[in-house]
Amino acid sequence: MSKFKKKQGNVTPGISTASLPDIVFMLLFFFMVVTKMRDTELMVKVNTPQASELTKLEKKTLVNFIFVGRPTDKFKSKAGTKPRIQLGDKFATTDDIPLFLEKHKVSVAESQRQSIISSLKVDVDVTMGIIGDLKTSLRKAGQLKVNYSAKKRERTK
Amino acid sequence: MSKNKHRMRNEINAGSMADIAFLLLIFFLVTTTIAEDKGVLVKLPQWSEEPPPEMKLNSRNVYSVLVNAQNQLLIRGEQMRIEDLKNNTKIFIANPDKRSDMSENPQKAIISIKNDRGTKYKTYLEVYNELKAAYNELWEEAAMAKFGKNITELTNAQQKEIKDGIPLVISEAEPTKFGEEK
Repeated sequence: MSKFKKKQGNVTPGISTASLPDIVFMLLFFFMVVTKMRDTELMVKVNTPQASELTKLEKKTLVNFIFVGRPTDKFKSKAGTKPRIQLGDKFATTDDIPLFLEKHKVSVAESQRQSIISSLKVDVDVTMGIIGDLKTSLRKAGQLKVNYSAKKRERTK
Repeated sequence: MSKNKHRMRNEINAGSMADIAFLLLIFFLVTTTIAEDKGVLVKLPQWSEEPPPEMKLNSRNVYSVLVNAQNQLLIRGEQMRIEDLKNNTKIFIANPDKRSDMSENPQKAIISIKNDRGTKYKTYLEVYNELKAAYNELWEEAAMAKFGKNITELTNAQQKEIKDGIPLVISEAEPTKFGEEK
């Protein structure tokens, strides 16, 4: 009888935390799959407008991104408060557009160059002056397929 | 001492694994963005050095959209709210009542946009969006009437047929400079 003494202090075991990292890893993998690395630091404020007639950008490799907005607080002293164009990781003017497009073009196969789209991520507050100049330089460079980045909203009735 | 011999349970402390996982998660949250990959697709007109040829356009076929630096709309000489633009455009293109001051037929309808350099991009895109929505709705209605199916269910050739019947012609003029940001 003494051999089978009941263990003292039999409290219910605490919640096992062994599965906690599993949950966290799952969240981690979700984010790894759904997001992409922000390869360039956004030096301009870009809050895209809302629109209802949206088309999805299919192949990311065929898309080059052009950011237009007012410089963020960090860069206000360097670049001012008027809307600026950001290509890649630095500020640019409309004169830099042809070179930028060309650099992207060479990374794309010959047969697919016709399908290259320029995604314009423009802030709501930007005035149309700079956009008009941007569109003109895109047309001069032969880049006619343009996508104005926007967030989805319902169509008006 | 003899207690250890009876211990069969694995005693790896899982607490620090969670810390590592949290660190990695926060790293990813901070350095990545969920790619925003949708937008309004627009085909810009070809560039040519010479001015476009003077086309004899009947003013009844032209739907002029003017946006000023105060982000107000002037449609064919009358002020309009953005909410009414889409339906007004649809009526102009389709011209169901066969009015003589509206388009002769959808194939001759031309929309012309002119904004100011000081117009906000938000307003410009809203206007463009409403015009595109007008065409999309006309195409959807035509697809339903002609083929009895949703436009997304049609073949490419059928879609082209619908779109050629009501071609999207939006021309943009050089912007005015009244409200340019100094």
